[in-house]
Amino acid sequence: MQRYLILRFGQSIVALVGVTMLVFFLTRLSGNVLDLMLPIEATPEDFERVEKAWGLDKPIIAQYGIYMWNVLHGDWGQSWKWGAGALDIVLEKFPATAQLATFTLIISTTLGLSIGMLVAVKKDSPFDWGGKIIALLGQSLPSFWLGIVLMWVFAVLLGWLPTSGRGEGLGGIKYMIMPAITLGWFNVAALMRLTRSAMLEVLDSEYVKLARIKGLPEWKVIWKHCLRNAAIAPLTYFGLVAGFLMTGSVVTETVFAWPGTGLLAVEAVQSRDYQVVQAVVLFMAGIFIFANLVVDVLYAYLDPRIRYN
Amino acid sequence: MTTARDGKVVLEVKNLHTYFFNRWGTVKAVDGISFTLREGETLGIVGESGCGKTMTSLSLLRLHPKPASRIIEGEVILDGEDILRRPERDMREIRGHKISMILQDPQTSLNPVYTIGNQLVETLGLKKGSHGNLKNEAEKSLRKVRVAAPERRLEDFPHQMSGGMKQRVVGAIAMACEPMVIIADEPTTALDVTIQLQYLRLLKDIQAETGLSIIFITHDFGIVARMCDRVAVMYAGRFVEEGSVRDIFNNPSHPYTEALIGSVPKVEERVERLYQIEGQPPALYDLPVGCRFESRCRYAKSKCAEEYPPYFEVNEHHKAACWRLDPSWETLPSSSK
Repeated sequence: MQRYLILRFGQSIVALVGVTMLVFFLTRLSGNVLDLMLPIEATPEDFERVEKAWGLDKPIIAQYGIYMWNVLHGDWGQSWKWGAGALDIVLEKFPATAQLATFTLIISTTLGLSIGMLVAVKKDSPFDWGGKIIALLGQSLPSFWLGIVLMWVFAVLLGWLPTSGRGEGLGGIKYMIMPAITLGWFNVAALMRLTRSAMLEVLDSEYVKLARIKGLPEWKVIWKHCLRNAAIAPLTYFGLVAGFLMTGSVVTETVFAWPGTGLLAVEAVQSRDYQVVQAVVLFMAGIFIFANLVVDVLYAYLDPRIRYN
Repeated sequence: MTTARDGKVVLEVKNLHTYFFNRWGTVKAVDGISFTLREGETLGIVGESGCGKTMTSLSLLRLHPKPASRIIEGEVILDGEDILRRPERDMREIRGHKISMILQDPQTSLNPVYTIGNQLVETLGLKKGSHGNLKNEAEKSLRKVRVAAPERRLEDFPHQMSGGMKQRVVGAIAMACEPMVIIADEPTTALDVTIQLQYLRLLKDIQAETGLSIIFITHDFGIVARMCDRVAVMYAGRFVEEGSVRDIFNNPSHPYTEALIGSVPKVEERVERLYQIEGQPPALYDLPVGCRFESRCRYAKSKCAEEYPPYFEVNEHHKAACWRLDPSWETLPSSSK
């Protein structure tokens, strides 16, 4: 178990270092920053001076070394657009994304798992058909369209929910409902289908047969013997979704003007604010890798065969 | 084993029918099975794959696949009462407690995510009036199936055990609540030969100690000879012949039984090619009116295709469903084919 964890942790670090390389070199590939930064009337001497001041005259490997050194010391660069620390800007936007993501994750996971289990147990019944319709809609409605339609129905026609923005405290929940549905429906559908097929496979297994043969009550057969075995596939998906949601959705945050990291990333790219782009991508990658690390630990908890190998 | 014939009847199955309903029509997986099982007796059910052996045993526990299949008619009288008439919630006190089952493949019959101890303790907890230290009980039940060092084994997960060991644990779980009847559905097919023998001996020993009745499902006549008191030969959803092991081996009276026994290799004779039964069994959704073995039978006459044969008694404990046992067989016209 310890070896497994150490190995997974080491792999995560390697992945993170890989991400920093990709981000650093790819942003450098997109052209010389100075062309954009310096005014049109700047002289070659100005270029040389700024180049030297920012360390851009050094070999690219050395630049990367300096960048990494600074990142490790908490200095993620300065935003040219907002004039603040890049990391501070990301951290300022992150709580909004994290709040929406947590809300969406809790609701969509609960719904996806429970509906998936229900339709598997009640296979070929009206529940199953209803579940199929929910899944079909969830997987085929594009989020930009769904967001706008929800807004039109619930905010414009019915006036029940605010169209966009973010609210404080408990009243803030009503701001999250539509973005959460827009973000979460697809996940409910995907989780439901994964859970359904995993449950059906497990329900058909010999150990479930044995559990029934020995006289266990049906609820215990389902909740003890099936769920834990069927949880592996949905859990993998959960890890991906948690990563996606926590890093912010560009489309949904744009539609609902949700002030999160997804929106920040779009703005930073549009204004070529490379320090912020680097910071956002590195931060998102960190969260993604962390989410997957958590999932790996949960795998080991769920399945002893992983723990002992 | 001679006492088995006089023991008290623990299970009586009368005219059991379990049908599947699907888009091809009605699949008659179990089509009128009747037999009795006495205390301490071992009944073998023999037949090729797909003849309905496993569906018969699942029906006895009412664990046939639902809603795809239904028990259409029949009675399963276990310990004096018809369990087919009991509501589903009562079945929990019947399964495991009065009738239980050992499944074919030990590799998949234990839940991979829980320890052996967990799965045993859970089962022992279902026993009426269970109290005290279930862990001790679990150890005891492992010792009963001769698992060495049971106190350490309890902490193991199934993937840490060998196939033979797992099948012993499955046996311990199936017998944890001391059922009267146990159905062993090809329990040794997935084990290698030396382990098979050990396992069969273990079952016999437990039976001798507890007076357990066993329904032994297999397609291996060698195991039948070793394990069973009586044998029923199943073909296309029905028993075609039933009798004591000795009678069936010495005087197989249904051509299918004869062919099955003929296809077992013998040490004394060297044969170039093993005997094989030509053709395929009929599809269970499209059964002929007459004898179901008729198309593969070398003795068949036209009567065989027209009418399903009733049971004819060969002797008091031996019967077979074949027109050849009809006294008028010789006078019947031969097949038009």
